[in-house]
Amino acid sequence: MTLTSASTNPAAPNVAIVQPSRLTLTLRYFRRNKGLAIGLGILLALALFTIIGLLVIDPKKAYPLSAALKQSPSLKYPFGTDFFGRDLLAAMVVGMWQTAFIGLLAGGIGTALGVVLGFLAAYFGGWVDGVIRTICQILTPIPVLLIQVVVAGSLDKRDVTIVTMAMIVAMLAWMGPTLVIRAQVLTLKERQFVAVAKLSGVSDMGIIFKEILPNLLPFIAAAFVGQVFGAVFASFYLAVLGLGPLREPLLGNIIWAAQSQGAFFNGWWWWPLEPAFAMILILGALALVNMGLDELANPRVRRTE
Amino acid sequence: MNIRIVARRLLFFVLVVWAASTIVFFIPRLSPRNAIRERFGELARTGGFSPADVEKLIASMQQQFGLDKPLLEQYWQYLGNILRMDFGYSLSRYPMTVTDVIAQSLPWTIGLLLVTTVISFVLGTILGAVAAWPKAPGWLRSTATPFILLTGVPPVIMGILLLFFIGFRLKWLPLGGAYSVGIVPTWSWSFFIDLMEHQILPALSLILGSVGGWVLSMRGMGITIQGEDYVNFAEHKGLTGRRIFRDYYLRNALLPQVTGLALALGTVVTSAVVVEGLFGLPGIGTALNLAIRANDFPVIYGIVLFITIAIALLMTLLEFVYPLLDPRIRAN
Repeated sequence: MTLTSASTNPAAPNVAIVQPSRLTLTLRYFRRNKGLAIGLGILLALALFTIIGLLVIDPKKAYPLSAALKQSPSLKYPFGTDFFGRDLLAAMVVGMWQTAFIGLLAGGIGTALGVVLGFLAAYFGGWVDGVIRTICQILTPIPVLLIQVVVAGSLDKRDVTIVTMAMIVAMLAWMGPTLVIRAQVLTLKERQFVAVAKLSGVSDMGIIFKEILPNLLPFIAAAFVGQVFGAVFASFYLAVLGLGPLREPLLGNIIWAAQSQGAFFNGWWWWPLEPAFAMILILGALALVNMGLDELANPRVRRTE
Repeated sequence: MNIRIVARRLLFFVLVVWAASTIVFFIPRLSPRNAIRERFGELARTGGFSPADVEKLIASMQQQFGLDKPLLEQYWQYLGNILRMDFGYSLSRYPMTVTDVIAQSLPWTIGLLLVTTVISFVLGTILGAVAAWPKAPGWLRSTATPFILLTGVPPVIMGILLLFFIGFRLKWLPLGGAYSVGIVPTWSWSFFIDLMEHQILPALSLILGSVGGWVLSMRGMGITIQGEDYVNFAEHKGLTGRRIFRDYYLRNALLPQVTGLALALGTVVTSAVVVEGLFGLPGIGTALNLAIRANDFPVIYGIVLFITIAIALLMTLLEFVYPLLDPRIRAN
């Protein structure tokens, strides 16, 4: 604002050009990158719903036999209750929290594995690169979700908890980030500033952590969001198939339970519908953030419209 | 395409199948869970066998399934069985083999998958091509928008929404099953209509969310191609818009779409599996669902492996189709 007034009003030459604050710049960037802003907004709203819910609601109500059975949404039970006597409002709050937990844990592990492996492959090259790349290529066409079905199916039902669920999901999800980080490191390590650092005697570790890693951060952030999306989706998929921790009110589990009890045939429409809407919000918001971050990380693929 | 490339593709296919089989073989054996013991444990609880008899049964079953041999020997035998598409016996429907279970449910899945994939691929590609084509009428270009908004909604969730709005609220279409209860399958017109009515919602839940993806990739490709010299050249040569659209623009933009189809196969099949389960169609997905509920491990592993092999095979086949579509690849 100051800038425009200075240029249009030559009578006031002494107006200082003020550097806009960080906040203004961020807000301006959000105005250009609307997808990122909307996605973050929805995620924030969901986080608030979960946090306030966890503070206000008794989490025990999310488990069977804690409320009246099969009540449609009313003042007492805003989201209704299900066949097993769970208050669905409480179930949604706890389920949302568990979904977020699985997503962040599995996404974090998957990204960390991908970053380390991608780094090793690209930085050291040679046979290390060959082995890692070949494994990624062979594993990529195998539908990961189905392999996860095998893993989850082999476990004792009592052993399946929220944490094992996250581990199952993370175990087979590192191939994507590995290839992305590998490609980025390959281009970065040929840049001049890395050559300069090498010539001035910086050690391998110094180059990795001080020269290359900071340049990778946007890509790591984008890969992380992608991984969280994948993890949320994979855990949802397993739970819908009945391979989740059956007692927990994970969103996929609620749908699985509703489907096994023939919820629509019996007219309990709210039961499967609520987790479905929650899932749309979570996945939609994550997809928007993911696309927005891609744009932030890769200015070259910014929209040309 | 020369022999070396063909050989390399085939080798890659064999490697993928081998990797998948190995994973499916070793993961269950790393777990302390014993499928046969659990199965007969259930029977013993419900059927009143004496524990000694159950132990004998388990031992004889272990022997029959070859589970008493050393692990490596089992592994070799297993790989040989996979080559012959022999996945062993189903535990919950015992005299049936896993291959029987798959063969019984496969036609349903193939029918659903073929129809939905073709519809969403063709529809998405055409809409995407039109959306990027500046001379197309405005209303036609904007038909793609609703599909783009639905991109990425998982098919199960789409299925639940469709069930609620169309099946439950409007009562236009049935809520599930392959055909109405009480109808005997016959080769009649009325049965065919009933069958189709039950297929519409599952098909829609697979189609609606996936069209947008094809639209987006095709539109991106289309925008790039419009700037190419050969399109300009065709315009200046005075070719009709229709001819440019079909021969210069569509044909070149299609190639990445076919690659995308190969990459999407895994997602398409895995999402069909859950949708079938949701609607209770008697396909592979429902067979998997039932097997998971009944702890029928050979069926679970067999189905997973079968799907993986089928996908790898289709991907390899699609790679052999490229040269037919693209003369540039043929020349190299």
